[in-house]
Amino acid sequence: MATVVVQRPKLKWHEKWFISTLAKGLLITLGHAIAILRGKKKVTMQYPEEKWDANLPDHYRGAPALVTDEHGRERCVSCQLCEFICPPRAITIIPEEIPSTDPWAKVEKRPRLFNIDMIRCIYCGMCEEVCPEQAIFLRKDYAITGLSRAEMVHDKTKLYEIGGVREGLVNKWNELK
Amino acid sequence: MDLVNVQVNGVWHKFPKGTRMIEACRQVGALVPHYCYHPKLTSPGNCRMCLVEMGMPPRPTPGQEPEKDEFGMAKIGWMPRPVIACANTVAEGQGIRTEGKLSEECRKGVMELLLINHPLDCPICDQAGECRLQEFSVEHGNGESHFREEKVKKPKNVDIGPRIRLDDERCIMCSRCIRFTAEIADDPVLGFTERGSYTTLAVHPGKRLENNYSLNTVDICPVGALTSNDFRFQMRVWFLKETKSLCTKCGRGCNIEISSRQNEVYRQTPRENNDVNSTWMCDQGRLDFHFVNSDYRLTQPLVKKSNGHHPTTWKLAVNQVAEALRSVKASEIAVIASGRMTNEELYLTHALVKSAGIENYDVVPRTGGGDDYLRADDQNPNSNGVRAIWGTEPGAKLPQIIAGINSGAIKVVLALGENLIKAGLEKAALEKLTFLASSHILANATAELSHVVLPAASYAEKRGSMINVTGRLQRLSKAVNSPGEARDDWEILRDIILAYAGSNGIHSVEDVFKRMAGDVEIFSGLTLARIGELGVQVMETGEKVPLLERERERKAKGIIVG
Repeated sequence: MATVVVQRPKLKWHEKWFISTLAKGLLITLGHAIAILRGKKKVTMQYPEEKWDANLPDHYRGAPALVTDEHGRERCVSCQLCEFICPPRAITIIPEEIPSTDPWAKVEKRPRLFNIDMIRCIYCGMCEEVCPEQAIFLRKDYAITGLSRAEMVHDKTKLYEIGGVREGLVNKWNELK
Repeated sequence: MDLVNVQVNGVWHKFPKGTRMIEACRQVGALVPHYCYHPKLTSPGNCRMCLVEMGMPPRPTPGQEPEKDEFGMAKIGWMPRPVIACANTVAEGQGIRTEGKLSEECRKGVMELLLINHPLDCPICDQAGECRLQEFSVEHGNGESHFREEKVKKPKNVDIGPRIRLDDERCIMCSRCIRFTAEIADDPVLGFTERGSYTTLAVHPGKRLENNYSLNTVDICPVGALTSNDFRFQMRVWFLKETKSLCTKCGRGCNIEISSRQNEVYRQTPRENNDVNSTWMCDQGRLDFHFVNSDYRLTQPLVKKSNGHHPTTWKLAVNQVAEALRSVKASEIAVIASGRMTNEELYLTHALVKSAGIENYDVVPRTGGGDDYLRADDQNPNSNGVRAIWGTEPGAKLPQIIAGINSGAIKVVLALGENLIKAGLEKAALEKLTFLASSHILANATAELSHVVLPAASYAEKRGSMINVTGRLQRLSKAVNSPGEARDDWEILRDIILAYAGSNGIHSVEDVFKRMAGDVEIFSGLTLARIGELGVQVMETGEKVPLLERERERKAKGIIVG
């Protein structure tokens, strides 16, 4: 076996006893404290009042939500692939047939019930990745709270409310079919 | 049997003369993809998916010795063009290549042509997950299409029958459904109209696809062109758990798969058994499962008090039944069981009536509704079980029991799985009884009148065996759990026997079968496990299955593979 000789730094006695290192650290902290007290620097945010939302990166994975397209059509056709792929099984879908009187009757299928249990959701984004209809997206909402378990289940209305409208997506149902 | 030497993918095999090339390849593990070929139907060879490379030894010129390969067989001269494997038979010295550039390019080309006008609406298609077009597209297709034109528009969501929906854009013109309706169901209402890429599957004007075997076309449709209205948008197939079981709608005992998810049954599909139902089943039997998920299921044992039925515990309910059986003379008790019970349940019923000395016991016979295909005239799935285990003819004692109840001679009645009102008894007569106990799956009029109601399990919730009209012993499997506190009938009967006569050493349904195999001669040497998935013949009844007879005839003529 090859032997690797590790070069350890030669420490002085005050360094071995953390005396000078502690002093160094304290000096840094003191420097920040003075800067903050003089109003020259800001380090912490007062979370619920102040938020960092504007700086969230584009790939941020927050709460999953359903979107409608520019025609107001719900994009989800209830193929249940997200329900299948969801690792914590947070998604429950019950499909239904679109009535023939609906302007989008040719799509034939839509969810009657679409629930995401936000206690279960792990924000992995698999649902967004697997969706063949570009109907589910992870938005930037992260503060999902509720006073009961039932409140933590996002139903269809809530999901569309979070999701809103997404324009410019691939839309195969718009063709003359 | 004449055997011929055939080389498949470089290895020589022997096959019986007349074997289709596709079947020969399948037997040696070289699966040839196909759409239109179905072993139970004729082979028109119109999908072109099963194209393979074929060759024969060249005919030698006079005086020339044929060249030999390293196995001592005549060297094969390969044909420069492919042939279809489904409609051609093997020949002596023939060579088949299912792999290789020619056949692979052919499949790729066929796949691309089939997908030209396909709508690619898999997210909304019920067939997705069990679609041949999806599977072969992954295996043999291109990632992208070269087609840049407009796709041909065809009728979608067409109502062609009461139980079937047609989507013409998804159809790949394999004609399996057309052949099924013409050859098996004798109701040729389907056909193609238009030509070329405009070819459209349609139902004959003024007619509908509404015969009792129409849903088999949904099973054999390799794509999502024909889908079932009953299963439409209910559940994606990849969620379903399939349980091999039996249909209990009639005495045929068609082999089925019950598809369920999270304790709910979603559909039933036929399972191949060439001694019972081939690969088909009737629509009536197939759709007769909705009661399993019904809101009217009984979920708790109930006792009747002055102000209606109240939930109770199993122990109290069973004890009350046992006490009632003890309270009167055996001649004043009647047990009315059901021909829908399994052999195990019938055996325990028999054990109960024997230990109590009850003479008045019978099942309610049901007949009528048989047809010239699969449906049997006997509507009870286990009448032969009654004959084998009880040694009585179903319905022989029933008139006498009904007369006894009407005259008041019978005071205590135990009804197992039968609605007595439908069996010919009057409500007033049942109200006169001092004690009426019944086990039911669904709430009904007899349960309403019963002093004790015992919630029982449906066929999808229990294990057991049944003997069909042709004398075949077959096995039921458990697909879902019973709702609430409902129990298997054999457990209910065992508990009644325990409360009535004391311990009997029976702990599982296997124990019941073991005990029964010792007592009933035709079951000797059998266990529930040994019955197997396809059943065993235990009786000779002389009954023939018309559909199977015709299929065997066609097979003997070489029209179908069978």
